[in-house]
Amino acid sequence: MIDPGWYMGLAAVLFMIGALGLLLRRNALVMFMCIELMLNAVNLTLISAGRALNDLNGQVAVFFILVVAAAEVVVGLAIIVSVFRLRATASVDELSELRG
Amino acid sequence: MTELIWLAIAVPLAGSVLLHFFGRFLKEPLPGVIASLAVGTSFVIALTAAIPFFEGGAHGETVLLWEWMPAIGANIEILWDPLAAMMTLIVTGVGALIHVFAIGYMHGDERFHRFFAILNLFIASMLILVLAGNYAMLFLGWELVGLCSYLLIGFWFRRHSAAAAAKKAFIVNRIGDLGLMVGLMLVFTAFGTLSYAGIFDRADAELTTGLATAIALLFFVGVVGKSAQIPLYVWLPDAMEGPTPVSALIHAATMVTAGVYLIARSAAIYELAPAAQVTVATVGAFTALWAATIAMGQRDIKRVLAYSTISQLGYMILAVGTTAYVAGLFHLMTHAFFKALLFLGAGSVIHAMNDEQDMYKMGGLFKKMKVTGITMGIATIAIAGIPPLGGFWSKDEILAAVFERGGYFSFLWVIGLVTALITGFYMARQFILVFLGKPRWDEGVQPHESPRVMTVPLVILALLSTIGGLTNTPIRLSLEHFLEPAFESITLAHPPEETWLLVVIAALSVIAGLVGIGAASVNYLRPREDWERWEGGLEPVWSWWGQAYGVDEFYGRTIVAPGKRLAEVTAFDIDIPVIDGAVNGVGRLVRGLGAWIRPLQTGYVRNYGALLLAGTVVILIWLLVGGA
Repeated sequence: MIDPGWYMGLAAVLFMIGALGLLLRRNALVMFMCIELMLNAVNLTLISAGRALNDLNGQVAVFFILVVAAAEVVVGLAIIVSVFRLRATASVDELSELRG
Repeated sequence: MTELIWLAIAVPLAGSVLLHFFGRFLKEPLPGVIASLAVGTSFVIALTAAIPFFEGGAHGETVLLWEWMPAIGANIEILWDPLAAMMTLIVTGVGALIHVFAIGYMHGDERFHRFFAILNLFIASMLILVLAGNYAMLFLGWELVGLCSYLLIGFWFRRHSAAAAAKKAFIVNRIGDLGLMVGLMLVFTAFGTLSYAGIFDRADAELTTGLATAIALLFFVGVVGKSAQIPLYVWLPDAMEGPTPVSALIHAATMVTAGVYLIARSAAIYELAPAAQVTVATVGAFTALWAATIAMGQRDIKRVLAYSTISQLGYMILAVGTTAYVAGLFHLMTHAFFKALLFLGAGSVIHAMNDEQDMYKMGGLFKKMKVTGITMGIATIAIAGIPPLGGFWSKDEILAAVFERGGYFSFLWVIGLVTALITGFYMARQFILVFLGKPRWDEGVQPHESPRVMTVPLVILALLSTIGGLTNTPIRLSLEHFLEPAFESITLAHPPEETWLLVVIAALSVIAGLVGIGAASVNYLRPREDWERWEGGLEPVWSWWGQAYGVDEFYGRTIVAPGKRLAEVTAFDIDIPVIDGAVNGVGRLVRGLGAWIRPLQTGYVRNYGALLLAGTVVILIWLLVGGA
């Protein structure tokens, strides 16, 4: 059996890629994908921790996250599509109307 | 039948609700017919229920309809006794006639149905007032009639003066109502209940003279407002801005007599407060004289009648202050007849003259309007106190009873006598200026007799004015016997026993009336130049009368102007800088704070993401290193 530390390391790397992508990219679609990446990184830690500790709660939590993430994807994509229709761009830097 | 007396209130109330909501779907004159029928029904119900009192000996009965606030004796209950019956019959009887008259008078008004809706509401309110079985319900009716008065004075609210008059009436009455309200609180403190039954039986044993005087005087403040006595009478002349049937019904025949009713109803309390009674009688006598002199100098046909009403109310108040309750209520009844008739007659004249109210522009109308002329002539003689018409018997009974009290009251009797003379003068002056002499009409005015729907009530009221006085003559005291059960435990003031004295007093008041009429006739039957020169010769007194002694201006300077100044100071010097300043200051503070931290919201999603991440990292470090 592979040492769970590897999985944790992989998850950390995936999470960092997602987080940096979120901060550095401007395309809303790509940023969205980065968020998904971060979510799945967390899922990976939960699964592997659950397996290592012989506890099913980890896997149960992942199912919840998957369902919520699926719903979130629907809403998020819908927003992106309608923004694109309205503004003909998906660059988040141009969507700064909420500046205080 | 007594248990069903609540129907007398319910029917006009239902009529009012019906006309309010559905009146505009009905074609003229249907709303007027419905309203008149409702009041007529009320009258018939009251008449049927009053049969035991006519038969004599029957006592009052309290009908409990609904337990409202039993703890303080304030239930919806009706006290049906001879006093209530008499008031109900006057209100509904005269009210029905005036409703019918109004069908003709309000012809063509765009808010025809609304007028009758409010008129019906007034009848219901007035019946609540007089049929109440406790002070709480009386107060309810008292305020409701005030509201109806306000609505009806301001019925033509597009006219600025009407709206102002309505406001004035309401505010002046509010001053009086405050006194009544405090009086009711005192009553409650003293007795722990507001129910008539619980108060009048125990008043004698439980009320000290001081407390009784305080209550009686506070009640009288309310009376002064509602019944237009010095110093709060100023609203009544202005109330003539309302349609004439309103002046006839509310500001002459019924509502303004509520004060007389209140004192008569509270006789058991007033009996324990002789000082208050003297005050009441004095105010009444002086009001009678004061208003009568003003009436002499008026040019407006309705204003003469308004001041005349104040003067006659003064007589009634004088009577109840002298404890001659029956005489006061008797005058209330005859006055309701002839004053309603005078107002309706004036309405008929105004109607014929294309809304002209200046008597100097009338004259010679008798030939054009015979029915109005004759009926108004009867009313004029009745109010002047010439036998055998209504006003003679009631006014004479008051004056005789006042005379019999002697002492200080002899002085009030003299005032009453002088007032009788002046009454004859101003009424004859009015009649002559309107109906006799040469026409002084504006060009284009074509006077014509009013339609049947207006003249028939005039004729009926003229009949009542003629025979109404016979209900209580020294020979046959029917009204006194009728009212006896209501005043069983009260000591009543009576006219003198000796016949010769009675005749002398009566003769004196008749002579006074005749002298007044004669003086006016001699003077005003002359050509216009002569009597105008005569009026001019009385300057400056004549102008004082014409301008009502400038009381309105005096109140304006001493009360209204300082009140406005106070309002301005509180509004512009306190409210805006201090109160608004504090509120706006809080707003400015929050806005400043917001401006300071607002730059955090850049609007860039990546900024938010970075902050989120940074926050997470900080928390993580805290958890791993030191915390928890």
